[in-house]
Amino acid sequence: MRWIWIDKFIEFESGRRAVAVKNVTLAEEHIHDHFPGFPVMPECLMIEGMAQTAGILVGEAGGFAEKVILAKVKKARFLDYVQAGDSLRLETLIESIAPEAASTTGKITRGSDLIAEIDLMFSHVDQNLAGKEFPEENFVFGNTSVFNSLLQDVASKTADSGAAEAERK
Amino acid sequence: MAVSREEILQQVQEILVDALGVDDDEVTADATLMGDLGAESIDFLDIVFRLEKAFSIKIPREELFPAESLMNNPDLVSNGKLTEKGLAELREKLPHGELAGFEKDPDINKLGDLFTVKAIVNFIDSKLNEG
Repeated sequence: MRWIWIDKFIEFESGRRAVAVKNVTLAEEHIHDHFPGFPVMPECLMIEGMAQTAGILVGEAGGFAEKVILAKVKKARFLDYVQAGDSLRLETLIESIAPEAASTTGKITRGSDLIAEIDLMFSHVDQNLAGKEFPEENFVFGNTSVFNSLLQDVASKTADSGAAEAERK
Repeated sequence: MAVSREEILQQVQEILVDALGVDDDEVTADATLMGDLGAESIDFLDIVFRLEKAFSIKIPREELFPAESLMNNPDLVSNGKLTEKGLAELREKLPHGELAGFEKDPDINKLGDLFTVKAIVNFIDSKLNEG
């Protein structure tokens, strides 16, 4: 299984805001142990999903020139259980961004229900830890080909709107 | 409009309670961020972002917490202590801190003790009321 806790991006405004979706299924092994007889998505994995959504937004803001790591969970508040069949919407906003770090706010919703509020901080490794090297396997998105799949919808939409705009002109 | 030190202190206290997950009675003016309140390096950035937002100012990180650049410079540090040059540099970069005690034994491990709640209030006060 791959350590990817979002399925795709559906909205992406560079440097400002992103929305990803995650569809929860009973094919996910871990859910059967958490808990036996009452399978729910672990809250820590929702934090990871939000970290991936916001991390890619922050990384993209810097043209993916910096390695971005999750540095702090500022707030994580959960209001309901998430079960197989649920479709989650992870929306995140960049609150502050500097050369060394960024802070983001985020909400997870299921339809009109608020499931979680997750605010995070990311560190830019090269600017902040004196270029300290980490093994490549420590990075979820070390291989950027995964981005193509995650971002394909928003990439084509951006291309469409670009083409439409060009047509209007 | 001038903001009083009392108002600044109150807002700084609120920020530190949120950023560091401490109780408000722990955030006294003399409390040190690292020693007393358990701040780590990423918390300093978190605090800077929150201060910028709360007071609508821009804070270059170097200005408020200049310790890291000092510690990595061999001209300024020798045998784990700041040299005369290092101390001079620190005085210049940290006019809002209180250095008297530290100057007697400029051990870099104690640099963290300079960052007190009061030092942040001094810094914000100078940013808001002297500019």
